[in-house]
Amino acid sequence: LTTDSGFNILVDLSRLRIKKVTQNMAQNDNILEQIVARYDGEVGMLIPMMQDIQSEYGYLPPDHLHSLAKLLGLPLSRLYAVATFYSSFRLAPKGAHDVTLCVGTVCYLKGSGAISEAICREFRVEPGGTTPDRLFTFQAVNCVGACAVAPVMIVDGKYYDGVTTASALEVISGLAKDRETVQKDGER
Amino acid sequence: MTVLRNKRLNSIADLDDMRKELLSLRRPSAKYVNVCTGPGCAAKGSPKLYELFCEAAQQADVDVEILPKAVGCHGLCEYGPIVLIQPGDIFYQRVEEPDVAEIFRETVLGGRLVERLLYENPDTGRKVETADKIPFYKVQKRIALAYNGLIDPTKITDYIAMGGYSALAKVLSSMTDEEVISEVETAGLRGRGGGGFPTARKWRSCKEAKGSPRYVICNGDEGDPGAFMDRAIMEGNPHSVIEGMLIGAYAIGSSDGYIYVRNEYPLSVERLKMAIEQAKELGLLGENILGSSFSFDIRINRGAGAFVCGESTALMASLQGRTGEPRAKYIHTVESGLWEKPTNLNNVETWANIPAIINEGGKSFASIGTEKSKGTKVFSLVGKVVNTGLVEVPMGITLRQIINEIGGGIAGGKRFKAVQTGGPSGGCIPEEHLDARVDFDELIKLGSMMGSGGMIVMDEDTCMVNVAKYFTNFLKEESCGKCTPCREGLSQMLYILDRITDGEGQAGDVERLEELAELLEGTALCALGKTAANPTMSTIRYFRDEYDAHIKDKRCPAKECRGLFHYEIDPEACKACGICMKNCPVDAITGEKNVPHVIDQKKCTLCGTCWEKCPFAAVLKV
Repeated sequence: LTTDSGFNILVDLSRLRIKKVTQNMAQNDNILEQIVARYDGEVGMLIPMMQDIQSEYGYLPPDHLHSLAKLLGLPLSRLYAVATFYSSFRLAPKGAHDVTLCVGTVCYLKGSGAISEAICREFRVEPGGTTPDRLFTFQAVNCVGACAVAPVMIVDGKYYDGVTTASALEVISGLAKDRETVQKDGER
Repeated sequence: MTVLRNKRLNSIADLDDMRKELLSLRRPSAKYVNVCTGPGCAAKGSPKLYELFCEAAQQADVDVEILPKAVGCHGLCEYGPIVLIQPGDIFYQRVEEPDVAEIFRETVLGGRLVERLLYENPDTGRKVETADKIPFYKVQKRIALAYNGLIDPTKITDYIAMGGYSALAKVLSSMTDEEVISEVETAGLRGRGGGGFPTARKWRSCKEAKGSPRYVICNGDEGDPGAFMDRAIMEGNPHSVIEGMLIGAYAIGSSDGYIYVRNEYPLSVERLKMAIEQAKELGLLGENILGSSFSFDIRINRGAGAFVCGESTALMASLQGRTGEPRAKYIHTVESGLWEKPTNLNNVETWANIPAIINEGGKSFASIGTEKSKGTKVFSLVGKVVNTGLVEVPMGITLRQIINEIGGGIAGGKRFKAVQTGGPSGGCIPEEHLDARVDFDELIKLGSMMGSGGMIVMDEDTCMVNVAKYFTNFLKEESCGKCTPCREGLSQMLYILDRITDGEGQAGDVERLEELAELLEGTALCALGKTAANPTMSTIRYFRDEYDAHIKDKRCPAKECRGLFHYEIDPEACKACGICMKNCPVDAITGEKNVPHVIDQKKCTLCGTCWEKCPFAAVLKV
């Protein structure tokens, strides 16, 4: 999470509190209630609940956090603390694709640091961030446990082993090309 | 095997009957194709191979039963994807999609070998047929990984047929809680998560602690970069972990268990979930297990991406839906852990060892290893060795044996520099100590530690200051920020290390690092902080000359730190092809056809593109 987005979310959250958003909540309540019920409303299962919300929406929408806090009777700050402490939670929508590069020790020793830099440079993205065109969300993570075939990159769940700067950029460029083709087909 | 579905086992006799029935269903003529789908092989596309074998088996119009199986890690990941054919234990390596048809036709149906896919012993140049003849496997001893690679982790029936849950049956039918604990005590089992605390002592303290309920936790938050042992066990043989937890819970007197799995391991979660469901269906988890009065259930929680949650008190905070901040352990978690109740937490590998200890007896386990470190230890052997992979070795084996005999030495003909054990809390061990034995206490004496089992081998091209910087940066990022020494101390250490690798090190920097390290060790709140300086301290201890070269001579001996070496073109090796000239982003290279090229050092930004692109290795780091 970048400080910026974190701050914006806080501002958003306080606005929401004032407005007492009611429109969205009607639809959300159903899904949220299901999620809360899944864990018998146990406060201890807050993290799994938030994980479920994120897998539903791809991120943690502020109004959902607000409703969840209400449902569980917890202060919103507690949810915000959890959301910002753990690196897998996102407070902003993610891109169309997920690109995860391992920068664990072995991948790093075998050059993933440089690959990460190249991806950031080429696609104007930061680790943990999403490209300006929302093509992909880039994550540089500490070890995906496939060290024997390092360096490893995972694109939408597919593993690429022994990647180099060139091959990594090529795979990601492929995502952009795919999207162009889809868009063109749509125009036709 | 469908007949066995949904049948609840109400007694130990039921379990035995089920095992007998399973074995009787196996036709002796059946052929098995075990496709490794462990982390390494899966990354190389082995799940697709498994599908192809399944298709081939379905289409084959033959009388014999052919059973493809997707199994857990075989260990020799470097040569993956690996396929094992039974009978015959034929070991095929680096199998690709087009090879499937040939293996099926020749070996499975025809009983002939596909020579080209066999492993070639690099020393003798001879092809070998079976795994036990491969040097990589010869010195290994498998207990925790015993069934990895043999059973289908998605089928509880496979585990039961191999004798699974018999340790649980033994405990329920003939052992008291105290007897279980003393068996583990006899085994001398120590925590495999890295600390090495005697498991039996932990169990006993938890059992004797006041309060109820008691909780049992499996720590699957394998966060050390460079380590994937627990992942391989959770994905390759999840039932061994569940059985271990059941036995532990019985001994401690607990009926609630948790498995906390790292967020980056979605497949581990899936496999464990499936295993728990299957165990519940058979009544091996839940109320009145195997008709006894013992009840136990397990819940899985996924981590959310915080390294510090591998620390027991932080993990428990996370299980309570809080930020993963550790607390000082004036009161141990066995007395006041999860929800302030007595809680026993062990690592995945520790749990996976329990069924074998109960089945074979503590004495048999204790017969392996050194005086104070018993049994085996699983390591992920990675980095610059020839055979990267997952290995399980008896304690007491030397580091040299692991690296040379199992690992096959250093890749690419380079020279060994150091081996890093213990993850970010561990240290780097140099060549002169390679004959040290793998033993909890011995590794600590060397300034490193056993850790959870990451073993990263580094060669002459690795800058040790940079390694220290890497780990310090890792820990700085992962520090929870609760206590000042860790939060601020690591930032300062990183600041100094950064300055050294940038060529701006100052006299006295090493001493400053040492001072900060001492502060961290003495005052940080949790193990993450207390051991955070180990990577820096061990590299200072063994590679002080590299620090001095960076600070005094502004030179990086491994030629890794940008700015502390430069690029030159070797006129002898240069073929004047012009590739470097074309690729140089700042036009710093001049030259013509048939005239060796030259780098203008004033213009050069040290980006390294020419070095990467030169097809003749004529660009040198100087």
